[in-house]
Amino acid sequence: MYSKQRLLRYSLAINEALEQSLERDEEVFLIGQGVKSPWYVGQTCKGLVERFGERRVIDTPVSENAITGAAVGAAIAGMKAVVVHPRLDFMMYALDPIINEAANWHYMFGGNSNASCVFWGIINRGGEQGAQHSQAIQSFFAHVPGLKVVMPATPYDAKGLMISAIEDPNPVVFIDDRWLYDVEGDVPENPYLIEIGKANVVKEGADMTIVASSFVLHESILAAEKLSAIGLDVEVVDLRTIKPLDVDTIIASIEKTGRLLIVDGAWKSFGVSAEISALACERAFHSLKAPVQRLALPDHPAPASASLENGYFIYEKHIFDAAMRLMNLDRPL
Amino acid sequence: MDELKPESLINLFRCMWLIRACEESFVEPLLAGEIRCPVHLYTGQEAIAAGVCSQLRKNDYVFGTHRSHGHFLAKGGGLKELVSEIYCRESGCSRGRGGSMHLVDSNVGFLGSAPIVGGTISLALGAALSAQIRRNDNVAIAFIGDGAAGEGVLYEVLNFASLKKLPLIIVCENNSYSTHMPIKDIRPSDTIFETAGPFGVLTSCSDGNDISNVYAVARNAIEYCREGNGPAFIEFSTYRMRGHVGPDDNVQGTRTDIRPVEEIEAWKQRDPIYSLQKYLLAKGYVCIEEIDLLKAEICNEVAVAHSEARKALKPSLSDVQKYVFKTTTS
Repeated sequence: MYSKQRLLRYSLAINEALEQSLERDEEVFLIGQGVKSPWYVGQTCKGLVERFGERRVIDTPVSENAITGAAVGAAIAGMKAVVVHPRLDFMMYALDPIINEAANWHYMFGGNSNASCVFWGIINRGGEQGAQHSQAIQSFFAHVPGLKVVMPATPYDAKGLMISAIEDPNPVVFIDDRWLYDVEGDVPENPYLIEIGKANVVKEGADMTIVASSFVLHESILAAEKLSAIGLDVEVVDLRTIKPLDVDTIIASIEKTGRLLIVDGAWKSFGVSAEISALACERAFHSLKAPVQRLALPDHPAPASASLENGYFIYEKHIFDAAMRLMNLDRPL
Repeated sequence: MDELKPESLINLFRCMWLIRACEESFVEPLLAGEIRCPVHLYTGQEAIAAGVCSQLRKNDYVFGTHRSHGHFLAKGGGLKELVSEIYCRESGCSRGRGGSMHLVDSNVGFLGSAPIVGGTISLALGAALSAQIRRNDNVAIAFIGDGAAGEGVLYEVLNFASLKKLPLIIVCENNSYSTHMPIKDIRPSDTIFETAGPFGVLTSCSDGNDISNVYAVARNAIEYCREGNGPAFIEFSTYRMRGHVGPDDNVQGTRTDIRPVEEIEAWKQRDPIYSLQKYLLAKGYVCIEEIDLLKAEICNEVAVAHSEARKALKPSLSDVQKYVFKTTTS
């Protein structure tokens, strides 16, 4: 079917996914703090209450545990629930319904019940917000059997993965990042799906592989362009889905380039970068020409002061430097 | 009890006896190690499950706890599927993946039981929310124990359910013990309903061992919710005649006996099934032979369920990874 391409901001791509899902299926509903307020959720929920009413677009008190449980319970009763946590940090109050209930539900009832719900958490950070407004906790969720975890980096993927998450009969954790909300990209107007569990090779290259997702994917692309200017041919893999991880795409890229740099916008220890590094050792050891490099947040809470946080978060220059280390080019030529 | 028709009372008796016979039938296989999963027996509390569920429609929703064999049976879940699940067999309602604490039969509105204390209250809130979004008049029940009043989520749920006038009924079975802890050691009051009152929900506290009382209180709450008046929190005082988990824990002094013998004896005198039986006989609705026959028939059904469960296939190790995710084929 003809589908017109046009530029859309990331936040509006999510908005369109929600609008079209609410439009197409009466069983879809959206619940969470701030769905009436652009201050909370950017433009992602723009116009939804006006269009679909407070019966299906439900703003709530700060009661993450009960509200998330309600989304799970409604999903168990057959609905398709989207629950939003405008700050991912607050979603930790909801770990019980997400992990104990939703993630286990299908398995512990032998496949006789399921919870089709989307746990949507927004990473906020920078701007001197400090430790409790800055946390990226994708690896918590990716650790748990029964949860799928997606982290789209582009407007195109944000729309497609949100629709796929809503349609999925399983619980899906959808994590985005406020730093992405103004990113523009081509987004078809019609609804479409993006398969959960499929990474995307966004730039092909022969010398090394950078694996990234969400905000740091864009920084990785910028770094790859700079590296290209000095003659390094970098392949960039956008994970899109953290779990189930697209192991085959990652391994194929490592086998091709022989060098791996993993960039993850969360803490380094025991996280996504550790998992991918382990997989590289298990599955592509003999293809590696150099030790795997990881670039992730240091193991301490996010500081408030800009003088500290500028050295904490990951930007293009850090990725460039890590790539140079990986190529053994970190000393002046 | 006089307002209930004889056939309704006999049906309630049948349901309560089915639960009792089923619960007591697990004692021997548990002691013999034939059943290994943690089993929380409902003996003594049958009037609550029977009185509440008998007035629900098939489409109404029920969520249970770790002690929910009775709720499952009273809502219409299958006896064989229950017993097989407790033996962790493939023929169980959760295909042997859940055990005693994870029962489900969505076809009769029993949406699931789970042992994280308080964890299913918010799930029932969601089921009630689904009724409001879909604009039907289903109601949702969360059966909880007194211990769940210690979990903060209860108060989040009461607030939101009241705010949105959701058709949620929290049925609190106060059996005075939260595992080994007597209620006086964990709460300033030995009742709970008064903490729900300030949220503006319908509340009451009454005798959970009197089937006619449970029936009347539950009917009132269900009608109130179904008419869109908002949630209810109904507390029933009752007593579990068995231990927290397993047949004898806390009771017979063999392990961690903490309940006074006099207390147990006093509650035995208030056995809900015996009280109803006495009433049925006194009224002449049934004769003792009919009672005995009914009991024997049910015991036989239970025995058949056990023998079938023992013979049933155990889940195959080759399927251990199945059901992590729902796929189009599962």
